[in-house]
Amino acid sequence: MSLLEVSGLTVHFATDDGPVEAVHGLDLSVGAGEILGLVGESGSGKSVTGFSILRLIRPPGRIVRGSVRLDGRDLLTLPEEEMRRIRGARIALVPQSPRTALNPVITIGTQIARLFELHGDLSRRAAWNRGIEALDQVGVPDAARRMGQYAHQLSGGTCQRVMIAMALASSPQLLIADEPTTGLDVSIAARILGLLRELGTRTGAAIILITHDLGVVAETCHRVAVMHAGQLVETGTVRALFRQPLHPYTRALVRSIPRIDREVALEPIPGAVPSLLHASPGCRYMARCPHALEVCRKNKPSLDVVEADHRVACHALEANRAAVA
Amino acid sequence: MALALYVLRRLMSVIPTLFGVTLISFFLTYMLPGNPAQVKAGPLATPEYLAEVERQMGLDQPMWVQYGRYVGGLFRGDLGESAATGRPVLQDFTQRLPATLELTLASLILAILIGVPLGVLSAVHRDTAIDHVGRIVGVAGVAMPTFWTGLLFIYVLFYLIGIAPAPLGRLASGLTPPTAITGLYVVDSLLTGNWRTLWSSLGQLALPAATLAFSVMAPVARMVRATMLEILQSDYITAAWAAGLPRRRVIYGDALRNALIPVVTTLGVVFGFLMAGNAVVETVFAWPGIGNYAVTALMTKDSGPIQSFVLFVAVMYVIVNLIVDLLYAVVDPRTRLS
Ligand SMILES: Nc1ncnc2c1ncn2[C@@H]1O[C@H](COP(=O)(O)OP(=O)(O)OP(=O)(O)O)[C@@H](O)[C@H]1O
Ligand SMILES: [Mg+2]
Repeated sequence: MSLLEVSGLTVHFATDDGPVEAVHGLDLSVGAGEILGLVGESGSGKSVTGFSILRLIRPPGRIVRGSVRLDGRDLLTLPEEEMRRIRGARIALVPQSPRTALNPVITIGTQIARLFELHGDLSRRAAWNRGIEALDQVGVPDAARRMGQYAHQLSGGTCQRVMIAMALASSPQLLIADEPTTGLDVSIAARILGLLRELGTRTGAAIILITHDLGVVAETCHRVAVMHAGQLVETGTVRALFRQPLHPYTRALVRSIPRIDREVALEPIPGAVPSLLHASPGCRYMARCPHALEVCRKNKPSLDVVEADHRVACHALEANRAAVA
Repeated sequence: MALALYVLRRLMSVIPTLFGVTLISFFLTYMLPGNPAQVKAGPLATPEYLAEVERQMGLDQPMWVQYGRYVGGLFRGDLGESAATGRPVLQDFTQRLPATLELTLASLILAILIGVPLGVLSAVHRDTAIDHVGRIVGVAGVAMPTFWTGLLFIYVLFYLIGIAPAPLGRLASGLTPPTAITGLYVVDSLLTGNWRTLWSSLGQLALPAATLAFSVMAPVARMVRATMLEILQSDYITAAWAAGLPRRRVIYGDALRNALIPVVTTLGVVFGFLMAGNAVVETVFAWPGIGNYAVTALMTKDSGPIQSFVLFVAVMYVIVNLIVDLLYAVVDPRTRLS
């Protein structure tokens, strides 16, 4: 059994036009020390999945079905106070937009030091010093001075690193990093990814790395899960997925990676992400799929094992195998 | 240094406004029916004597001359004379100001102490019973005129139930005011350790302060509710929950701290409401402040007190808004001069 096992997760947002099904029957697992890449286009439900694991979906959103097991215990049925003690301590989050995720009227130092006080049981003074060390560690220059500043005085990249330092304040068992390198320049991004990898090997933490960037996945992750319109379409080791992407959506994503060594024009993925309002009960990739079958309309394909640790949700598997070969 | 310069510039910039205020208040008083000379001369004065008093008071002069004389007096620190009390307005004002200040401050504190938590609770428990009660209280506070709420409080709490003292001024009769230090009876009795006057002045203050506070509490609560609702949805609050911070800390620390920024901005407006409400509430509760003084003067076209009251309110308004702007920089680091 893995450290985190998500199964059948379904999340709805109530809107005036009806429920938006942002996540639909999602299965996911991450083991200790493992880095799982969660990829998909904008709006495919990656962030909502992250928030669901922390049980932070608030109205109009609602987790309708499913379970989120951490070490075998279902988080979705825990009393709120117990869940609060898990947040930040055992599961930490690096939010997607670091600048707005920092409180604008509280100093960086207070925001980071109080986490060491809370999770590390340190005195105020010791927590402050640990805060400076933590900022140093993620490569924030002039950390001691930064502690006294506010979010609006920092660059986007520094905010990002502050958020990462804050998430690591408790040595979590599971870290959910939502696009942690977006907006960072290449060398800092590399440093952050290195830090995540090191966290995995040093403390055995599991990491879910949410990203748009398959390059980052190839470099950093052990396994990948591909989401499309709220559904998981394919999951497996990075190797398997890049070598043999079986789902047409994964294939399209892989083909759209810009490569220096090949003079291939970037192929945009045809069609748009389908509306999640009154979303189809079948496969949501159908409208964009070159191999769509009649059965795809009504039945959501199950996530089937095609080989050890490689699973695909597609009715037209044979056509796909032929396309890869 | 930069701060002093800023304050000075702000104060200079309001001089034209204050000038306009004197003009308007003078005109409006001039148009009022009634004759202050009659008040001063008494009801039995002969026409000749009345004319003589009018001449002494300068009322026989053209309007512009009277205005010029009034403004000229202001520059010398002369606010005119009250026909009713026969004393310089400045003297009456100085004597009555502490009463008004005490009432205004008490109602402001009360409005904030009740309005802010009410707004927070309404936002956190949105669309539940607490929110609905908050909304009803708010609408009632805005819709009911202060003189009416005042009378209602007196009727129920003094007349029917009898837990409130008679609405007659700042202290129960028979008690002497505490030694004047700040002029605020509650503070002075505290400072001099005079528990009997403290208790009595608090009791006298309770109803008028509650009446005034009731009228401005609602806008404060609504403002806090609206901003809290927005802030509770913000990324940094989600991040605070995600970090496992305790609920109280997230709501009353992280969120409320941000919500108070727009509240500080509205304090200027709230203060304006309070000054306007003062005149009415002081009259209802026989509170010996400047609002009461101005209303009495209004009845007899006693122009000195009326104009001075208007001017005073305008000056206070300017000062309070200046303080609010300075305070703003304290609560919102983004606006701090760096
Ligand atoms: N508050 C909300 N109200 C209604 N719908 C919402 C709300 N929050 C999210 N959604 C829906 O959930 C879907 C998934 O959103 P999510 O933020 O998880 O996407 P994402 O994969 O993280 O995209 P991105 O890469 O742009 O961050 C959105 O398309 C949107 O329709
Ligand atoms: Mg996202």
